[in-house]
Amino acid sequence: MVAKKFSISQFIIIIGISLFSLACLFPFIMVISGSLSTEKDIMDYGYTLWPKSITFDSYRILFLGSSRIFDAYGVSILVTVVGTILSLFVTSMGAYVMARRSFKYRNILSIYVIITMLFNGGLVPWYIICVRYLDLKDTLWALILPMLANAFNMFLIRNFMLSIPEDMNESAKIDGAGDFKIFYRLIVPLSVPVLATVGLFVALSYWNDWFLGLMFVDKQELQPLQLLLRTLISNVEFLKSSSNASAMQRISAQIPSESIKMALTVVTIGPIIFLYPFVQRFFVKGLMVGAVKG
Amino acid sequence: MKSNGVIRELLRNRTLLLMFLPVATLLFLFNYLPLAGLVIAFKDFDFAKGIFGSDWMDPLLDNFEYLFSSSTAFRAMRNTILLNALFIVVGLLFEVGFALLLNEIRNKYFKRVTQSLTFLPFFISWIVVGVFAYNLMNFESGAINRVLETIGLQPIDFYSEAGLWPFILTIAIRWKVTGYGTIIYLAALTSIDNSYYEAASIDGATRWQQIRYISLPMLQPTIIILTLLAVGRIMNADFGMFYAMVGDASLLFPTTDVIDTFVYRSLRKSGDIGMASAAGFMQSIVAFILIIGSNYAARKIDRDSAIF
Repeated sequence: MVAKKFSISQFIIIIGISLFSLACLFPFIMVISGSLSTEKDIMDYGYTLWPKSITFDSYRILFLGSSRIFDAYGVSILVTVVGTILSLFVTSMGAYVMARRSFKYRNILSIYVIITMLFNGGLVPWYIICVRYLDLKDTLWALILPMLANAFNMFLIRNFMLSIPEDMNESAKIDGAGDFKIFYRLIVPLSVPVLATVGLFVALSYWNDWFLGLMFVDKQELQPLQLLLRTLISNVEFLKSSSNASAMQRISAQIPSESIKMALTVVTIGPIIFLYPFVQRFFVKGLMVGAVKG
Repeated sequence: MKSNGVIRELLRNRTLLLMFLPVATLLFLFNYLPLAGLVIAFKDFDFAKGIFGSDWMDPLLDNFEYLFSSSTAFRAMRNTILLNALFIVVGLLFEVGFALLLNEIRNKYFKRVTQSLTFLPFFISWIVVGVFAYNLMNFESGAINRVLETIGLQPIDFYSEAGLWPFILTIAIRWKVTGYGTIIYLAALTSIDNSYYEAASIDGATRWQQIRYISLPMLQPTIIILTLLAVGRIMNADFGMFYAMVGDASLLFPTTDVIDTFVYRSLRKSGDIGMASAAGFMQSIVAFILIIGSNYAARKIDRDSAIF
């Protein structure tokens, strides 16, 4: 477009968008600032964008005082990694079968998948099936399995695979490759863009999930990070009662409850913030492609 | 002979069937079995006897009668629909508006930075958003109350003012997903052929007229489809958001208790499985009708945009 002269409306638009963008950023800064503030500053001045005096006490207490944070971190990382890999494996394989035009009954399989998007048994039967019949209560699998098969992601991958010419399957078959070999030697490498996008989405939902933990995990050492944060928000007392209270008391006479909440929040979003600059553009690109294709 | 052909075809593709097996099993366990489990709503569920072994309710619809006579359940239904309707309308205006504004920006660098910033909240969990909200609104140290105090106004106890929460939740959603929701509209806008705008500006159309007569009509199909899909999900509240933002603050329930949180509480807290399953059953049925209906409408408008 041709560059136009400076206009009032252009100026107002820029101001408006800037304000909203800053509003999106400010809470992050406030949490980081809060985690570095002393308890007294928070009590006296409230949450501010810049700490009055910087202290790392809350992080020290968080990491030294209780092993729970390491347990939770471990659970979250394990669930995210295992869940993402398994989910990509299972859904892409299923999507490939749905995308094989030469396979006569592929549409029946597609309908089988679509039905899960339409009908929904609701929370109660789902919960009872998982607990009573699948015995998932208080296991790591409870945090992984229910989210593994995702119909929407399968169709996203299938649609991408449909754009790969069927002739490739045929010629590979003539060369003596089996269906599974065709899938992982030929189709998977060609599908990297869609697999990466879906993989990021899946990883993000595993990392941010706490609903499964809330439903199925009562054991403390199996709680994911998000759930630990939730517990801490509603009740700081648990830190005092958990394992290493005396060590905490040595570090600080009084446990700074507000800044500890902020520190755990920072720890929870930490990995995402580090990855964000790398994955953000990728996400947008993937979404745009998906959106334009319909 | 015909069934023979089917078996031969299946045998020839046994590797493919085997590859589909894991996902088929998972969907069966986590989607199909719960579907069959809907019968719980008509049963006197006993954990030891299981879903299918439990006795039928006598009278059969007792769970539903209990549900309909409960004012809390009615309140949850009403809140679910009203809040979601509010979210859909405000979301539509905000996302389309924001996409149109971003599209007006000519500075590429500014556009990229602001888009990154507004997309950032989409990456964090509702739990973290709950912490942010608490930072802003808690009575003693919340930033909003500090500002109110310094300009000489009374602080507000947000966590006991139920009337404010429809607005607070709307703002929270907009804050979290506007960047994400805008992307699809922005993609649609950038795919509009530039020559339309050039022709219009030669004819002397102002920027506003170009938006009114070119951009908006071009966006219309996308707007309609996305809105219809949202309407299809109107019975399903975002449990994550409600639970993380409101939690167990029962003072706020008059305006914030939705079916999802109501069912969760009946199931996990009060252990009232009969009531929870009846409410869940209602939710599933209405949701099903809405999804089918909105998809049907979407199909009428634009065949390719419907999900099925």
